[in-house]
Amino acid sequence: MPTLKTPQDLERLRKDLSAARDPKKPCVTVCSGTGCHAYGCDKISEAFQAEIKKQGLEKKVDIRRTGCHGFCERGTLVVVFPDEVCYLRVKPEDVPEIVSTTLKQNKLVERLLYSDGDGKKITHEGEIPFYKHQNRIVFGSNRLLDPKKIDEYIALGGYSALAKALSGMTPKQVLDEVKKANLRGRGGGGFPAGIKWEVTRNAPGDVKYVIVNADEGDPGAYMDRSLLEGNPHSVLEGLIIGAYAIGAQQGYVYVRQEYPLAVENLSVALKQARENGLLGKNILGSGFDFDVKVHRGAGAFVSGEETALMTALEGRVGESRPKYVYPAIKGLYGKPTNINNVETWATVPLIINKGADWFTGIGTQGSKGTKIFSLVGKVNNTGLVEVPMGMTLREVVFDIGGGIPNGKKFKGVQTGGPSGGVLPDKLLDLKVDFDELTKAGSMMGSGGMIVMDEENCMVDIARYFLHFLAEESCGKCVPCREGIYQMLKIVDRICAGDGRDGDSDLLQEIAEVVRDASLCALGGTAPNPVLSTIRYFKDEYDAHIWQKECPAGVCKSLIQYFIVPEKCKACLICLRNCPAEAITGAKNQVHVINQEKCTKCGVCLEVCPTKFDAVTKLSGRKIHTQAVTA
Amino acid sequence: MRQEVAASAVDNILSTYQGDKSALIQILLEVQRQNRWLPKETLRKISDSLGVPLTQIYHVSTFYKAFSLLPKGRHSVCVCMGTACQVRGAPRLLDKTIEALGVKPGRTSPDLRFSLDTVNCLGCCALGPVITLDGEYHSNPSKKKIEDLAAECK
Repeated sequence: MPTLKTPQDLERLRKDLSAARDPKKPCVTVCSGTGCHAYGCDKISEAFQAEIKKQGLEKKVDIRRTGCHGFCERGTLVVVFPDEVCYLRVKPEDVPEIVSTTLKQNKLVERLLYSDGDGKKITHEGEIPFYKHQNRIVFGSNRLLDPKKIDEYIALGGYSALAKALSGMTPKQVLDEVKKANLRGRGGGGFPAGIKWEVTRNAPGDVKYVIVNADEGDPGAYMDRSLLEGNPHSVLEGLIIGAYAIGAQQGYVYVRQEYPLAVENLSVALKQARENGLLGKNILGSGFDFDVKVHRGAGAFVSGEETALMTALEGRVGESRPKYVYPAIKGLYGKPTNINNVETWATVPLIINKGADWFTGIGTQGSKGTKIFSLVGKVNNTGLVEVPMGMTLREVVFDIGGGIPNGKKFKGVQTGGPSGGVLPDKLLDLKVDFDELTKAGSMMGSGGMIVMDEENCMVDIARYFLHFLAEESCGKCVPCREGIYQMLKIVDRICAGDGRDGDSDLLQEIAEVVRDASLCALGGTAPNPVLSTIRYFKDEYDAHIWQKECPAGVCKSLIQYFIVPEKCKACLICLRNCPAEAITGAKNQVHVINQEKCTKCGVCLEVCPTKFDAVTKLSGRKIHTQAVTA
Repeated sequence: MRQEVAASAVDNILSTYQGDKSALIQILLEVQRQNRWLPKETLRKISDSLGVPLTQIYHVSTFYKAFSLLPKGRHSVCVCMGTACQVRGAPRLLDKTIEALGVKPGRTSPDLRFSLDTVNCLGCCALGPVITLDGEYHSNPSKKKIEDLAAECK
C-alpha cells in the first residue's frame, strides 16, 4: 500500500477498500483472542482453510481471524457473515459440517447455536442475551476485523478521527473536545483525561511524552489485553490524537510480558502504521511528527502505578515515588508526561469522530460513556462485557452474566481488583459509576468484576488480596510494607482458627494508617478488600473468630470432611483416591475419615458419586474419630 | 549443571539495543527467554557493556518475577492464582499439581525437567481454574491428567 500523504489519500483508500468488499460475500470469522487460543481456535481456522479448499469454495468464501468477541464462556466463537450466524463452542471436528450446511446450503447447524435454559435457539450474535444488553462502542469492532491487517481497520473508518483532528482541528480544539466529553481514566483512577492532557500540554518544556499503560495487573481483568490484541489500531489512533493535542513527539506502550499476543499484534500494527504514513514524520502531511516504542514489563504489579511504570521505562526497578510533582509536569526522564490506560486511549477516536455531546449522552452525571468489564468467577456467562455507565450490578451479573451456575446463591461481587471491595447482594441495585462504587467502599478500578457465591469465604478473599498485595508491595514505604504484612498476619490467624477478641478493630486501625500514609495507591487502596468485607460480612468474621467456624466451608483449619454413614454405599472410590490414606473401610463397610491423617484436600468430596452425595464438610464443631475396624 | 549463554548470543542482544541503559529490562527479558535464566557472568557482561552497576542489575533481576537467577526447567508449568481462578478452586489445583510433579511453586525439579510457578492472571478466566504446560492451557485437569501430561515431557 502506498504511503498516505494527506487526509484525502486516506479517504480515497477507505473508499477503495470499502468498494472492494462485497458485503454479500460469505465470510467465516473465527474469534482469535488469547481465551479462544486456549480453546484451540488456530486449529479451527486451519480446519476451515482446508475444508473450504477441499470443497472448492476458496474464491467464494473469505476467512477472517478476528479479535476477541468477549463471550469467553462459549468459545470458540465462529460468526458466519453476511447473515451473522453465530456458532458457539465450535471444535475443529465441527468445521466440515459448518462448511457443508451453512456455507453451501445456507442452513443452520442447530446444535451449535446459542440456547438458554428453555431450549430456545438464537441465531444472531446481537440477539443473544449476553450481547443484547451491552453497548459495545469501543469493543464492538473487535469482531469485525483482523487485527493484523490495517486495511480492515481503515475500511471500517479507522484513522478518520486522526485525519479530522490533524486537518480540521487545532491541538487545543482536540483537547477541549476531550475535556468536554468528561472522559475519565479507565485504568482505575478515574481522573478526567482532558484535565491531565491540559496540565501536560501547558507544562513548560518542548519535549513531552505520552504513554499507554497496558500493564493490566489486576488478577481477573483482561479487557486491555483483548483490546490490544483485537484492535490495536484503535488504541494507537487515540494515542496519536492525544500526542497531537498535548504536543508530544514520542510515545511508549508499556505492555506486560505475560501478553505475548498483544505485543505481537501491537508490533505488527505499529509497523503497518509507519508504512502507511500514519506514524513517523509528517503524519498525513500535517507537519506533526510522532512515533511509538513498545516496552515490555517483567512481572511486577506495582509497575502499573504511573510513577513506578515510568521508572521501569527508564530501565530501573519499578518503585513509586511521591507525587509532590505530578508526572504531567515532571514524568518520564523528568519531562511532562501523560499516561492513560488502553481503554481510555481507545475511546478518544470515537469522541473526536462523533463529538463530546454524543459521548456525554451515554452514562451518568459523573461517569460518561461506557466501561468494559471482565465478568468472571461464579457466573454463567464469563466474558468481557461493555455496558453504559449507570447500568446496575444486578443487570450485569444476571441479565448479561446469566446468574450463578449450579443453582447456587449469589453472595458478593468484587470490583476494582486488589484495590477494590466486595459488594453484597443488598447492593446489587447499585449503579456502575465511579463515585457510586467508591462511596460503597469499593471502586471501579480497571474493570475486573468477580462474582462469588455461597461457597466462597469472604475472610479468605480478604486474605487472598492481602497476600497478593504483600507480595507485590515494592517495600519502599513503611505503612504499605509493614501494614499490609501485619494485616495479613491477623487475617491468617483468623482463618487458621486463632482469631482473637479485638482483631476486627485492630484490622480497621491498621487499615486507616495504611490507607492514609502509603506512598502510592497500592498501599492506599490495600485496605479496601478487608474493610469492605468487615463492613458487609461482619458475621462471617465473627463466626471465624468466636465460633471457629467457616460458614462457606473454605478455611481448611476450620472445616472437617465427614462421610455421612447413612448415605455411604461403601463403593471404595474415595478410599482409593485419598492421597493421605486417611479413609478406612471396605466393601459393605461404611467408610470413615481419620481426622488426624486428613489433609483437607477435598478429593473425597470431588470423587464421591453424585447419586450418593455422602461426603460433607462440617465446620464449627469438631469430629474426633479414630480408624474403625469391623 | 551450569548453562551459559553463548557470548555471541549476548552480543547480539546487546547490539540490538545499542548501549541504551533504559533498555536494561528488555535485554534481560531476552536473555531470560533464550537461556531460561540469568547467569552471573552474563550479568557482568551486560553491566560492562551498558555501564550500569552490577548491583543495580541485581536489583532489577530480583525485583521482577520474570527473571530467574537459577536455571529453570526445560518445561514450564504455571498455575493461575488470579481472583477468578481462586474463586473457582485454584488452591486445590495447585495442591494437585504439586503432588503430581513433586515440585513446589517457585522451584525446579532436580533433573531440570520442570519448573512450577504461580501466576496472577492468564486472562482466560472462562477456563478457570487453569494451568499451562509450556504455554498450552488445561482447564481444571485431574491429578491423573497432570501426571499423564508430565510423563510426555522429557
